[in-house]
Amino acid sequence: MKAVTGNRLDDGVVVYLGDDDRWTSDLSAAARFEDGDAKDVLAAAQKRVKEIADAYLIEVDDSGAPAGRETLRETIRKSGPTVRLDLGYQAEA
Amino acid sequence: MKLLKLSRGRLYPALEEPLSEVSLEDWLDNPQGHADATALKISNDVSLASIRCDLAGFSTIILEFPAFKDGRAYSQARILRERYGFTGEIRARGDVLRDQLLFMARCGVDAFEFTGDADGANEALKEFSFAYQRAADDLQPVWRKRLDRAAAA
Amino acid sequence: MYRYDEFDATMVAERVAQFRGQVQRRLSGELTEDQFKPLRLMNGLYLQLHAYMLRVAIPYGTLSSKQMRRLGEVARKYDKGYGHFTTRQNIQYNWPALVDVPDLLDDLADVEMHAIQTSGNCIRNVTSDQYAGASAEEIEDPRPYCEMIRQWSTFHPEFSFLPRKFKIAVTAAPHDRAAVKVHDIGLILYKNEEGETGFEVIVGGGLGRTPYVGHTIRKFLPKKHLLSYLEAILRVYNLEGRRDNMYKARIKILVNSEGAEKFAEAVEAEWAQIKDSGIDLPREEMARIDAYFAPPVFEKLSDESAVLEEKKASDKNFARWLRLNTFAHKAPGYAIVNISLKPIGGVPGDISDVQMEAVADIAEEYSLDEIRATHEQNLVLPHVKKDDLYAVYAALKAVDLATANIGMVSDIIACPGLDYCSLANARSIPIAQRISERFADLGLQEDVGELKIKISGCINACGHHHVGHIGILGVDKKGEEFYQVTLGGSGAEDASIGEIAGRGLSSDQVVDAVEKLVGVYRERRQGKERFLDTYRRLGAEPFKEALYEAA
Ligand code: HEM
Ligand code: SF4
Repeated sequence: MKAVTGNRLDDGVVVYLGDDDRWTSDLSAAARFEDGDAKDVLAAAQKRVKEIADAYLIEVDDSGAPAGRETLRETIRKSGPTVRLDLGYQAEA
Repeated sequence: MKLLKLSRGRLYPALEEPLSEVSLEDWLDNPQGHADATALKISNDVSLASIRCDLAGFSTIILEFPAFKDGRAYSQARILRERYGFTGEIRARGDVLRDQLLFMARCGVDAFEFTGDADGANEALKEFSFAYQRAADDLQPVWRKRLDRAAAA
Repeated sequence: MYRYDEFDATMVAERVAQFRGQVQRRLSGELTEDQFKPLRLMNGLYLQLHAYMLRVAIPYGTLSSKQMRRLGEVARKYDKGYGHFTTRQNIQYNWPALVDVPDLLDDLADVEMHAIQTSGNCIRNVTSDQYAGASAEEIEDPRPYCEMIRQWSTFHPEFSFLPRKFKIAVTAAPHDRAAVKVHDIGLILYKNEEGETGFEVIVGGGLGRTPYVGHTIRKFLPKKHLLSYLEAILRVYNLEGRRDNMYKARIKILVNSEGAEKFAEAVEAEWAQIKDSGIDLPREEMARIDAYFAPPVFEKLSDESAVLEEKKASDKNFARWLRLNTFAHKAPGYAIVNISLKPIGGVPGDISDVQMEAVADIAEEYSLDEIRATHEQNLVLPHVKKDDLYAVYAALKAVDLATANIGMVSDIIACPGLDYCSLANARSIPIAQRISERFADLGLQEDVGELKIKISGCINACGHHHVGHIGILGVDKKGEEFYQVTLGGSGAEDASIGEIAGRGLSSDQVVDAVEKLVGVYRERRQGKERFLDTYRRLGAEPFKEALYEAA
């Protein structure tokens, strides 16, 4: 399964494309796509140049957690630096 | 494509009059065969050291900026102006972006094949009042202004 | 210190205004991200994993108290209360919002600071010896020449779209604290046999994917020709450097593929043509810039300080800090103080807003208003009276900035790695933290002596791992973090590129590995040998054996 992510243009924070087609800061609320459909969804997201700096696809498992080769990278993006637990989304949890 | 020409610090839209272009390689191969050419096209990977002939027969030299990242033609423009003393038009062709016009102009380019907005282009040329270094334009470097001011004081 | 005149101030202010317009055009959608990216990079603005990152230049590492205070304020106002000092005498903020950056840059411009050319394929922030103007070793202060280079390279119309980024470092001391041999251009100011001072010009050093120690292409360059000679080098590079492959685009590849001699000939030929064309600064302008760096007026003091001796005898921790963190000053009765940004278990180079303001206050009171940033991610108070050293120590200690470990095993250089950087393969900071904790005992560290550990999270080598006595490089093996150890590198006057020790280690193994390497050294060292000396004498074998025997 795939999800669409990027950094929000105006402030740079990590966001994911949600089911309602709006951006969300919560990966577990992100829309999940079959690999086949994901490319078209990404292409559409990339056209939203006023909202997002750099959209790309990530792999997620059935529960919506990062998966595959970039698991560590995407886990750090979704949570925050592992050396500063007081920063990033992990700080709000 | 639109053409902007620089005149006394301002860019003006210009009519695209047809040029008779010849590449540097072809011209070096056979100068007589291209006697009617008015524009010399120099790609950005050739060494200008190969120019031994007179450039005065050309009214225009066209330099290539194939991608914004590729800055070789900035050096070529300066060498043409400062070393070969070329006084005709130097025209930038390719990926010519608003935020590069000032740099190109400072290196001696005075015509731009530019697709953007002419007003924006003129704003871009005026974004800086001074320059730190001497280049191919007639802007006085800051150090010269400092000396003049000290002398006047 | 250099102060802006109206010309400098106008250039920086106009740059901020220009960037404000570019940000506006991006937000309105007039510019796409692809078009905007090179523009923001030339203003030091990256996009990292979590947010934007802004890299602010500290030209040749020199800061006033006022500037440091402003860096602290900026951290609080626009960021999350801290900054990160890098190996290139820059400071990075990890969380600014794009919409705020123009205001942030205005706040910096107020105190004569900027983020110009801290990224992009242009001439970057010029770096120098952090002890410049304070150490007895130097021929003269190298910073006026750095300032001349800063001005000449700022918005250089011909050299803003080079094949790749371009880094220049200048030193004037026999002890190279600026790593000049691993820069695109390294300049060493020295006095020749005729008693004239000028530069040795070294070209084509660098780290990254293919590390090289630079080559001397000119033994002696008269000072007055500095800028025209640099212009000749840059022109040859701009025209001839490779542009087909980003990893082969640095000048080091050109120099090493053509051969240094042939490259030098091309530079000399170009220089002959432009040498007298009005690029070099006239004497008056050189003197004007020079005057800003005139040595401060030092009090006439005895080199002995009774206060100091007394405190040294009564406070063992202070005595250790004195031994490890202070350095000889050229004026009697003064010392150079190093502030370690490597607390045990901390993040190398990180400093909080409150700490920055404290350092500003301390420098104002005790160091003639001056602070330096070092390429080893530490800070320096260049001019402290020996009589004041204890007070400075106490004030630093009060804000947790008195760790006595300069040059020691816990004074680790580490790049941001996968905790922040979008190019990373693996994390760097946690490895640094764990090594630091393993060697937490400062007495043990002092016994081990000088040992430079440098960690990069990928082959770009921002953490200088190639020139670490022990270098650690993060690699990715099927999605897992692994670390490759290199041995015997040095970034100093005895520069060398480290050798790969063997197969990669897991993050658990790598900390043990450092301990094993230190074990071999302590067992086999002779006399006053440093780790690096023992390594060079014995060769890699005993160290490799220790690393891989039990693992
Ligand atoms: C966090 C965002 C950063 C990014 C995206 C980044 C990117 C890069 C890249 C791509 C290179 C290789 C360039 C080449 O070889 O052509 C490089 C080299 C380097 N970077 Fe960074 N870097 C970052 C942070 C840092 C930091 C925090 C430091 C200082 C601690 C730093 C200092 C250096 C140095 C010293 C080099 C080696 C230059 C050389 O090869 O001569 N960078 N960086
Ligand atoms: S070495 Fe790699 S991981 Fe570390 S900061 Fe540089 S690019 Fe990022």
